[in-house]
Amino acid sequence: MSNLYAGSGKINESVKKRKKSQLKEICIRLRRNRAAMFGLSVILLLIIMAVFAPFIAPYNYDEQNLKMANMFPGREHIMGTDNFGRDIFSRIVYGSRISLQVGFVAVGIGVLVGGTLGSFAAYYGGVADNAIMRFIDILLAIPSTLLAISIAAALGPGLTNAMIAVGVGTVPNYARVVRASVLTVKEQEFIEAARCIGVKDYKIILKHIIPNAMAPLIVQATIGVAGAILSAAALSFIGLGIQPPTPEWGAMLSAGRAYIRDYWHVVTFPGVTIMLTIFSLNLFGDGLRDALDPRLKR
Amino acid sequence: MYRYILNRILMMVPVLLGVSLVVFSMVYIAPGDPARIILGDTASEEEVQELREEMGLNDSFFEQYGRHIKNVVTKGDLGTSYITQRSVTTEIMDRWPTTMMLAVMSVILATLIGIPTGIISATRQYSVFDNLAMILALVGVSMPNFWQGLILIIVFSVNLAWLPASGFYGPIYWILPVITIGTSTAATIARMTRSSMLEVVRQDYITTARAKGNKERVVIINHALKNALIPIITVIGLQLGRGLGGAILTESIFSIPGLGKLMVDSIKARNYPVVQGGVLFIAIAFSLINLFVDVLYAYADPRIKSQYSRKRSKKSKEVCHE
Repeated sequence: MSNLYAGSGKINESVKKRKKSQLKEICIRLRRNRAAMFGLSVILLLIIMAVFAPFIAPYNYDEQNLKMANMFPGREHIMGTDNFGRDIFSRIVYGSRISLQVGFVAVGIGVLVGGTLGSFAAYYGGVADNAIMRFIDILLAIPSTLLAISIAAALGPGLTNAMIAVGVGTVPNYARVVRASVLTVKEQEFIEAARCIGVKDYKIILKHIIPNAMAPLIVQATIGVAGAILSAAALSFIGLGIQPPTPEWGAMLSAGRAYIRDYWHVVTFPGVTIMLTIFSLNLFGDGLRDALDPRLKR
Repeated sequence: MYRYILNRILMMVPVLLGVSLVVFSMVYIAPGDPARIILGDTASEEEVQELREEMGLNDSFFEQYGRHIKNVVTKGDLGTSYITQRSVTTEIMDRWPTTMMLAVMSVILATLIGIPTGIISATRQYSVFDNLAMILALVGVSMPNFWQGLILIIVFSVNLAWLPASGFYGPIYWILPVITIGTSTAATIARMTRSSMLEVVRQDYITTARAKGNKERVVIINHALKNALIPIITVIGLQLGRGLGGAILTESIFSIPGLGKLMVDSIKARNYPVVQGGVLFIAIAFSLINLFVDVLYAYADPRIKSQYSRKRSKKSKEVCHE
């Protein structure tokens, strides 16, 4: 008997070891990918910028100085000033707070709502699946930018509404990704085993299915943050998202648009920042997908 | 095949009904009283109430929605614009060809650039060309197109004075908007072509094709590309659909009198019938493009075609048994 226990302990240990080593292996593969690491460092830098904005920005984001309006980049203002004489670099630094917040919250909404709908549809199948997926079809019939714009138009401008609009616009994507991966996991034997020993449905979904269906969701969400930041900037650009004087990057572009004939710097720097952010998130997302894909093991 | 297409069109009906309900609800909860918007701030409360009654705005939600659907289905009437007092259907039809042309031209340009780039990248994986092209493609995907439009205006209209910055009067006006919409599309197509080709060139039948002594060109174009085409077609179709919705910002930047600009202007002016009609119209176009892509699959991939015919023969067999 004691031997038997000793044996099971050993198996447990080896299972743990394998689990850990799998995660480790993904990390190693990810670390070997230089492009993904570059992306990750830029993202980390942005997060640091957002957290320590008051210490990094040389001026406050709404500090106006009309005597210094529309200054080209120079020693005092490294990215120049806008039409109110506000320091563009400081506004970009503070703007990272808004953009990152919008990106993560909107994706959070999309993952939570879409993921729940998708896993429900896949796990229960039948009528539930049909009803949920037809609803998703309706949302998918409207291009996502247009969907976000319509929702923002209905809710009115503002940070919270922009996050909801962008988030709801991404729900169909996540619902489909989660549904597809839950469908493949659901048929496997360990789920049947769990059901046989009487584990409750919600526990099966939360503890057994979702962790095993995570990989495509993580990749989609990483790239989704990039898409959400872009959508939010687009909303602000047409005046439906975050309102001035809040230093949102898209809103900065929109405000600077009237001055592009004479002052190129007003729209160049916020745009480059958006691009660099999206670029890094995409690089990291691509790297993550490759690292999680067992077929690409080298 | 025809039955499949008919089936799909029938399946579009409930989806589009759903879209109209969703859009109608959004307009219903949107801030602002339509009667007040039409009459302006100077009108008295009584006048506003009178117009509300006349427009049926005091009826229940479902009465209003029912009337809206009845008008759309029986008369093709999407309502009247608050601002121009013209029918929304006419307004959309006036603007639609411009948007469609812009979308189609950008997708053609993007395909011409994207597919060859993707193929070369895949056949020379990890070469300098591949690395450079894929970094550029990722930049193209990451660039907000409204910003790219502004930068193109700064460079080519303001500084070099080569191309006009706004309007839509002749081919020279099309260049900047088409590049703006086409860049991210080309980048997406190139990335998809590369990854799809990479998956195919590792297959055994490609080795077989090479072993038979075919020229490399023939192997790549006839054997590999043909099999890698399905995801590429999907992406091109999706991008065409996205062009219809995503051209919204580009049209505003270049002041192009298309559907996108109409929508943005209408949203800003709270001209809701136009917004509602525009979204429904784009949803119909989008669904039709998706259907077209699905039909195209069958031509690109005989396996899918045979699936349809097999399904049908199975069905007919069942009928025979009965």
